Amino acid sequence: MGFFSGLKEKLSSFTEKATEALSFKKIQDGLEKTRRSFISNLQSLLGSGRKIDESLLEEIETILLTSDLGYATTEKIIEKLKQRVKQEKYENSEDLFNILKEEILNLLYEENPTNENIYELSNAPKPYVILVVGVNGVGKTTTIGKLAYNFKNAGKDVVIGAADTFRAAANEQLEIWAERANVDIVKQGQGADPAAVTFDTLKSAIAKNKDVVIIDTAGRLHTKGNLMQELEKITRVIKKLKVDAPDEVYLVLDATTGQNAIIQAKEFMKVSKVTGIILTKLDGTAKGGVVIPIVDELRIPVRFIGVGEKIDDLQVFNPIEFVEALFVSKS
Amino acid sequence: MFESLQEKLEVALKRFRGQHKISEENVSEALKEIRKALIEADVNLQVINKFIENVKTKAIGTEVKGSLLPEQAIVKIVNEELVELMGKKMSDITFSPKPPTIILVAGLQGSGKTTFCGKLAKNLRKRGRHPLLVAADVHRPAAILQLKQLAEQIKIPVYSEEGKDARSVSKNAMDYARKFGRDVVIVDTAGRTTIDEVMMEEVADIAKLINPTETYFVVDAMIGQDAVTTAKAFHDALSLTGIVLTKLDGDTRGGAALSVLDVVGKPIKFISTGEKLDALEPFHPDRIASRILGMGDILSLVEKAEQQFDEKEAQKMEEKLRKNQFTFDDFLEQIAMIKKMGPLKDLLGMLPGMDKQLRNINIDDKAFVKVEAIIHSMTKLERENPKVINGSRRTRIAKGSGTKVQDVNNLLKQFEQMQKLMKNYVHGKKNRFFPRIPGMN
Repeated sequence: MGFFSGLKEKLSSFTEKATEALSFKKIQDGLEKTRRSFISNLQSLLGSGRKIDESLLEEIETILLTSDLGYATTEKIIEKLKQRVKQEKYENSEDLFNILKEEILNLLYEENPTNENIYELSNAPKPYVILVVGVNGVGKTTTIGKLAYNFKNAGKDVVIGAADTFRAAANEQLEIWAERANVDIVKQGQGADPAAVTFDTLKSAIAKNKDVVIIDTAGRLHTKGNLMQELEKITRVIKKLKVDAPDEVYLVLDATTGQNAIIQAKEFMKVSKVTGIILTKLDGTAKGGVVIPIVDELRIPVRFIGVGEKIDDLQVFNPIEFVEALFVSKS
Repeated sequence: MFESLQEKLEVALKRFRGQHKISEENVSEALKEIRKALIEADVNLQVINKFIENVKTKAIGTEVKGSLLPEQAIVKIVNEELVELMGKKMSDITFSPKPPTIILVAGLQGSGKTTFCGKLAKNLRKRGRHPLLVAADVHRPAAILQLKQLAEQIKIPVYSEEGKDARSVSKNAMDYARKFGRDVVIVDTAGRTTIDEVMMEEVADIAKLINPTETYFVVDAMIGQDAVTTAKAFHDALSLTGIVLTKLDGDTRGGAALSVLDVVGKPIKFISTGEKLDALEPFHPDRIASRILGMGDILSLVEKAEQQFDEKEAQKMEEKLRKNQFTFDDFLEQIAMIKKMGPLKDLLGMLPGMDKQLRNINIDDKAFVKVEAIIHSMTKLERENPKVINGSRRTRIAKGSGTKVQDVNNLLKQFEQMQKLMKNYVHGKKNRFFPRIPGMN
């Protein structure tokens, strides 16, 4: 179990680096904000010198299930806990809390070590093409506004492509965000071919030597075959202008979503090479626990979290903070 | 990832075949599986625990009657309880005796409020009402424009004021509605998280100012465990009168329906199933119940079938099946009836256990065309007695229908299989498999 003993060290050095990476940006800590009004119920549950027994494990199971981790992953974690308690002879509840966090971090960590330099793009050939996908109402457009803003702040030249040509006023919404982020936008009218908008955007980005291209797509339920095919077409069009693009395909997931998010991720992976998850709406009471089974099962890293509606409310995902926040609930 | 609950229960309860009373012992495994199914369907855990207790109390001691198996008996009880919980029948909009009827629409960001408002307006106009849409989302960029664009598609007026406070916009909209004789006012508010006190206060203020006849909570059917917390906060702030469940056109099991109902205790008024403006349906508790349990939307299917299948004809068909006289002509008739029921993809999606594998296959309704062509190329004798179809007849049929001999062979083979299955079915053998439809691979 050398990994676990080394984990703590790794975590603390990561926290330092992440804090450093964040400090130069004016990113307010949304999670911190919500946490202030909460108390950790698990900490009080586990930190009260209780003995480890069935009922304690049941209470932990309840917490995991009510955080949307789903049945399978919850069982897996509980089994692991039982095993380690037996093998490593833990007796008191505080230890249990620590190994629980360790186990979850372990699930999240393997896939998430590189978020700290995410805005640097040092070796990638220009333009860096980011395709943003997801079901309806998860916050794609808002996220793109914030993402553009963050790249811009990191000194990158950004252009946004308005390929959501379906939803009413999607263009105008994105335009307002582009204005706020002070970046360029390429668009056509409502009902235009999204692949054509994508093509135009990329072409203009290449001509103007832009660093980053972010393509907004229409929300689509993963059950709609034709819309999923449209996504394939958009990807094909991108490849025409840049062979190995898109460099990133970000799947936006709503933190309030339950187990269906797993199916969403699977379906989107079938039509596009999803490289990362952006978890939105973490500023409410939902904790987005469903990303844990997603990362565990599908091996896609979580890249960013959305913690509010303001332009600087998109943060780089930090597994440690995320796990901490998972174990607080409204007092 | 969701196996059919039915299958799991069969395994769990195999040991108890032949027992005629539901007992604590023979039901505990089943309840575990049901609990798991409900968790996977995103029903809130507290709601599940309460629910399971109820079912247990009700089930224990129940005689397993007639040909029912214990797992069927427990599913029946679970299903009944779910339906009971979700309100026995559909519930419509309550209209104010003194117009205008005011409907306030609230919910989290991205739950589909604006689209729902458009759908509701269209629905109301169809019923001869004169709705007015109010753009009270003054926060999200281009939200007002989105509502205006939707309204324009359906030619319904929108009341909006640029750059004003949502409270005064809502208030002024009421005066406007009275002045211009709009008898239903639908107020689209901004999406908000429940811990945003300023925003929650805003919507509570709007409610106080306009005194709505109905206050709907719009909730995404895909929402997870947080449904309870969110619904409670909205209910506390607004005294909701109804729930709207959106995005049910996906493959979510929609357990949130149960969670939200448990908290709010008010009926689900509508379900919203697509982006087109007429994709609004009344809520059928029984259908959602079987969906949550992963049993498919069998009831909808039955209903559709009932609409299309003539009672007498069905009897005639059954008689034929019994006597094993089901011919290709009958099969043609069946195809015609199935086609009348709507797109095949929809039908298959409603079948329990089938939906998972078939959801992503784009089933072409033209698949039947080939089958029909082959049958049409058969002689009367061949249709009534497929056994006479030898090699040279097969070649002829293939040529006549523009297909390959292989296609003809396939159809014949599958037809034979189907006859066998149907024979088993009619002779009362328990068979949960849906007969394979010839021509569909």
